[in-house]
Amino acid sequence: MLQVPYPLVRRRVLPHVPVVAAAAIVSLISLLPVGFVVWIAIQTGSETASALIFRPRVGELLINTFLLLAFTIPLSIALSVTLAWLTERTDLAGARLWAWLAVAPLAVPAFVHSYAWVSLLPGLHGLFGGVLVSTLAYFPFLYLPVSAQLRRLDPAIEDAAASLGHGPWRVFFHAVLPQLRLAICGGSLLIGLHLLAEYGLYVMIRFDTFTTAIVDQFQSAFNGPAANMLGGVLVICCFALLGLEALARGNERYARVGSGAPRLPVQQRLGWLALPALALCAFTALLALGVPFVTLGRWLILGGSEVWRLGPLGAAFGQTIVYALAGAALTTLMTVPMAWLSVRAPGRVQRIMEACHYYVGSLPGVVVALALVTITVRVALPLYQTMATLLLAYALLFLPRSLVGLRASIAQVPVELEQAAMALGRTPLRAVLQITMRLAAPGVAASMALVGLGITNELTATLMLAPNGTRTLATEFWALTSEIDYVSAAPYALLMVLMSLPVTLLLYTQSKRMAGR
Amino acid sequence: MKMSFQHLAATLALVAGLAGSTALASAQSASDGIVVYNAQHESLTKAWADGFTKQTGIKVTIRNGKDMEFANQIVQEGAASPADVFLTENSPAMALVDGAGLFEPLNADTLAQVPENYRPANGHWVGVAARSTVFAYDKNKLTEDKLPKSLLDLADASWKGRWGAAPAGADFQAIVSAVLELKGEEATAAWLKAMKENATPYKGNSVAMKAVNAGEIEGAVIYHYYYYGDQAKTGENSKNVSLHYFKNEDPGAFVSISGGGIPASSKHKEQAQAFLKWVTGKGGQAVLRDGDSFEYAVGEGEAANAKLVPLADLNAPKVEPSKLNSKKVTDLMTAAGLL
Repeated sequence: MLQVPYPLVRRRVLPHVPVVAAAAIVSLISLLPVGFVVWIAIQTGSETASALIFRPRVGELLINTFLLLAFTIPLSIALSVTLAWLTERTDLAGARLWAWLAVAPLAVPAFVHSYAWVSLLPGLHGLFGGVLVSTLAYFPFLYLPVSAQLRRLDPAIEDAAASLGHGPWRVFFHAVLPQLRLAICGGSLLIGLHLLAEYGLYVMIRFDTFTTAIVDQFQSAFNGPAANMLGGVLVICCFALLGLEALARGNERYARVGSGAPRLPVQQRLGWLALPALALCAFTALLALGVPFVTLGRWLILGGSEVWRLGPLGAAFGQTIVYALAGAALTTLMTVPMAWLSVRAPGRVQRIMEACHYYVGSLPGVVVALALVTITVRVALPLYQTMATLLLAYALLFLPRSLVGLRASIAQVPVELEQAAMALGRTPLRAVLQITMRLAAPGVAASMALVGLGITNELTATLMLAPNGTRTLATEFWALTSEIDYVSAAPYALLMVLMSLPVTLLLYTQSKRMAGR
Repeated sequence: MKMSFQHLAATLALVAGLAGSTALASAQSASDGIVVYNAQHESLTKAWADGFTKQTGIKVTIRNGKDMEFANQIVQEGAASPADVFLTENSPAMALVDGAGLFEPLNADTLAQVPENYRPANGHWVGVAARSTVFAYDKNKLTEDKLPKSLLDLADASWKGRWGAAPAGADFQAIVSAVLELKGEEATAAWLKAMKENATPYKGNSVAMKAVNAGEIEGAVIYHYYYYGDQAKTGENSKNVSLHYFKNEDPGAFVSISGGGIPASSKHKEQAQAFLKWVTGKGGQAVLRDGDSFEYAVGEGEAANAKLVPLADLNAPKVEPSKLNSKKVTDLMTAAGLL
């Protein structure tokens, strides 16, 4: 840490210590799951461990995982970039509507997407089914950053390319696409991590991934070594994705130079392409939104008023709300120190701690849950099967979401206000709480909304860690679909979608606002 | 989105309070009733719990999971286990907990309600229901003469790609444990290896039956009640399906006993004993006879649902339920690449 023997500066450095300590504690907690994997691997012994890791089944799962990523990600990139280009940079009719429809699938949890598809096509399964449903469920994660990026591009570069004699296609591939690299890499990483972590979607579509295999092992032997070793391989897959993304991101410069503001991009005329473009947008919306809503509607009509058993439905709804709010509050509270530090006191230690916050969010729920189950049952029994443990799991899974929302808001608060408050006699802690945090309230709200959405749709960690008697919308939906009672499951799915819609709307408007429009 | 700091703080406080009080409330509910670790179908246990609560006023909190998950969990929890009753779909999970010496002996009047062949000799747990292995087949594709004579015939290369099962489920693993007990380790390992080649794995028996119905596979090794349950509802998932009972004391005619036991660590042993007495008694067995679970009743003199083939006609192999070795089964299945 920067230590200058200067009374004035030291007074500004000292208040950081408790914050650094708090952030360090959170960082240490976030190391728990990986520490657990290493610990359990050592405990298992190299012979057993290698017998459980180097076996044909793991090979199969690796191939499945690889194929899933290799098809889904490029497909999502192609779809999102096309849609983003059409909605942002062309005279497509109803562009705003299509833009909203390209984000809306996020409001439907992935396992509700698959529920809709297997209701419609009971034979849909395997790699094809997995790729199809994953693409439809997750492509908005790419559409959001790519369209935001497209909106901010300086058209001058395209003009320069065109003036050098390049046609519109060449301009797109050589001048526009390279500038979307960061957005594409970031979005792809997000999708890749979701593909590794998703459970419900692939169980319904009958496609084995590491996550489904771990849950199979968990159900056959609780937290046996086989489950833990598969978890270890899955963690390595996540790290490989993170590394790959860091490599693909590159170090190019993307900021524009020159004076003044970029002019507004010109809208390309689609001409005869207008019809196929509209068809593509409509087809995507039909598959990603039409299928879930129509099947959901069909089951609801079939079930009539009988499936609205208000007792259990209300109880599940209430519990989901409580978990979502409490989890969101805890997660936000845990990220405040880090968010504040990364704005006010960036440095090497801060970067390492921040990396810890981000990495843990890339881990699948099943790995975090497996670690917490074993740790609590073996060494922290009072915490076993308690709400506290489940909330901690949620916090670990959703730290990055919270950090992203908070940091941006804190960065907008001038440090001078904090200093003025201290000069007027407030203690540093009170200054931060009363000035900075108050002004950062929108960020807190965004963070809570994002985390709450994640918790509402969380399945695996909830199944494994929840206290006795817990029923959330997601677990209840899951229990009913496991008995192929698709009709009774429909109201739960509907409630999850309704709870997710406002947050999806928030994401959409935020991405618009980011571009200043 | 304007929100003042006071509002925010108030909201956070409210949330914390709400969360705290519900956590407290759920802790409360656990202390004045019993906790059931339930691996049975939730609807069946729910019906049992409701009937029991109605009669005795004792509250029942159900935690849902799978046979072997809970069995291993109870072993790990040891003396700290919050479970007062453990209900399974199959016997191997019971055998595992009993093998670890973690069951409380059951009251004699409970045991007396169930014939000896549906409970282990030591009386540490008791059968609460039973289910029979069947080969559910597509009646449009297979005629009776083309059906497998034995479960072991499905290892034959001629069956490649034609049948399915749910290998990750406790149900199928119980069937494998019967094969292991009847035919030995070597034959079981070979059969599982052939199964990896021949069979399509499904997640759950109902999904496997649905696949038979849709014509994806010709037959599936599942339990009998999935068929009857679907027939009683819409019949939509079983209209092309017929059941083949292997009989002849074949491993494929294995009748699996669902068990109930009381972890020795239970702090509500009296209520737990009352619960198992109720489940194995008139009230609990009537739920099996009249409800839509279609599992066999096992109580002394209790008739099964009239739609089912009587248990006595199934000609099941004699297997001592307490000898079923689940650990060996998961190891063999992991080695065969099925898990």
